[in-house]
Amino acid sequence: MGMTIGEKIIARAAGVSEVKPNDIHTVKLDRMMSNDGTTHLTVDMYKNKLKHPRIADKDKIVFIMDHNVPAENPKTAEAHKKMRNFARENGIKLYEGQGVCHQIMMEDYVCPGELIFGADSHTTSYGALGAFGTGVGCTDFLYGMVTGSSWVMVPETLRFNLHGKLREGVYARDLILTIIGDIGANGATYKIMEFAGDGAHNLSIDERMVLCNLTVEAGAKAGIVEPDEKVADYCRQHGREAVHMFKSDPDARFAAVYEYDLSQIEPVVVRPDFVDNFALLRDVREEKIPVDEVFIGSCNNGRLPDLRAAAQVVKGRKTAPSVRFLVAPASNQVYIDALKEGIITTLMEAGAMIMNSNCSVCWGSCQGVIGENEVLISTGTRNFKGRAGHPSSKVYLASAATCAASAIAGTICGPEDL
Amino acid sequence: MEKFTGKVWVLGDDIDTDIIIPTEYLALPTVEDMKQYGFSPLRPELAGQIHEGDIIVAGKNFGCGSSREQAPEIIKALKVKCVIAKSYARIFFRNSINNGLLLIENSEIQDAVKEGDEITVTLGECIEHNGRTYPVASLPDNLMDILRAGGLVKAMQQRNGLHS
Repeated sequence: MGMTIGEKIIARAAGVSEVKPNDIHTVKLDRMMSNDGTTHLTVDMYKNKLKHPRIADKDKIVFIMDHNVPAENPKTAEAHKKMRNFARENGIKLYEGQGVCHQIMMEDYVCPGELIFGADSHTTSYGALGAFGTGVGCTDFLYGMVTGSSWVMVPETLRFNLHGKLREGVYARDLILTIIGDIGANGATYKIMEFAGDGAHNLSIDERMVLCNLTVEAGAKAGIVEPDEKVADYCRQHGREAVHMFKSDPDARFAAVYEYDLSQIEPVVVRPDFVDNFALLRDVREEKIPVDEVFIGSCNNGRLPDLRAAAQVVKGRKTAPSVRFLVAPASNQVYIDALKEGIITTLMEAGAMIMNSNCSVCWGSCQGVIGENEVLISTGTRNFKGRAGHPSSKVYLASAATCAASAIAGTICGPEDL
Repeated sequence: MEKFTGKVWVLGDDIDTDIIIPTEYLALPTVEDMKQYGFSPLRPELAGQIHEGDIIVAGKNFGCGSSREQAPEIIKALKVKCVIAKSYARIFFRNSINNGLLLIENSEIQDAVKEGDEITVTLGECIEHNGRTYPVASLPDNLMDILRAGGLVKAMQQRNGLHS
């Protein structure tokens, strides 16, 4: 019987020739990533709960500080110190303040066909390069760090056949928010979302990352785009070789198959407090909803094409006086590229505050937290109740272009409304 | 089979990790310090009302969102006996098992109970409420082993001679 991409990756990691959904397998982990959201907890357990702790393979582990960077209070400073010291003591590679963890993993590590555990829910991002990335808690991370392995139950796969191209002014962000709106916030719970078809191959690696990153918001264990030459090129450009470029077999079993014509996708605005609270920009704009803050950044939507789209919208314009406009490039590499292109200048001339590369407003701590009854429109990952600050505050999700236009107008709208 | 009775607290669909424990409290030193803020964006008074042995009953997609393990830890620290929901988000599910928090999946009980009711759970068999019985499935053996040990770290301590 044929296997899907995700099944092939698990079979490889388990050292078996075939797996099928609901089988439980012990797997070797190709790589593990942990950030400053929870690494200090893993370190505490490692030091205090295990009598003979050891690390299976330090070279497979990456620590990345991105959630509270630079530290904003003594508590996070202590958590950082713990993480930094542990990395030093054990020879673990540590990144500090160089970008959001998933962006750094993509730039420096991820290879197609790998099975990667990250102590962060948006680890699903790595499917943009044909890898199986999945989020775990700090205890699963500890187990992986000590044993080099873990267990997985093989998920079923949902197949999304994408056709054609997105129209001008419509983004991968609109596509994935549409899909989540269609299948719901638990529409892919414990499943793999696999993207293929000419429409998927038309998407850049950055766009594929937008797609895979948000699959967890539909409950998915992994999101994977069928790898192709663009993946091999990306790996080559970043000094790596793409070895395991898995594709689903013609007779692979899918729990469901969905077809999407990309030319039919429209700009989306997701309303509070759930990621599947889908609405179209053309309906929401009529309501002229005032915003207090606009954020462009995050592991979902803080890359060069996103910043470029925002700059095109705000060029020669000024942020509304009632709005705080915050931008955090996803990594220092993105930041440098945006500087060279003049994007940062354009955004600053329009009144944007440029933050260092970190999780920033998306994670509701450290930077740009919003107050009572305030409204944020964001390219971040989530709009849960209180996600970005006070429990009564509201978060809308949209593309960078829609967010940028809203910053200028002071109400939720698109670039064509300016 | 283990059997227990508890008072229920009823929550809705999509109870996310940021509701279970908001980001701003994650910097507190211990879960004991955090637990009073459990579920605070939704029901600020709830954490103070929950008693040892109570049961949380909820709808679909319980625990959706972040991988923060403090979410199941908070529920455990509030001494909730178990959560019964229509479905769970997968990272939360794993984190709960790894922390020894019992989760039960049932699609009917949330619609049948009201807050303050008592229900009786027989593990791997059924839930009883108001004379009606609702069947529940048992978890796979590897997960039950972790739960019985009291979580993954304790299971690790018992295994391999590696850590104990």
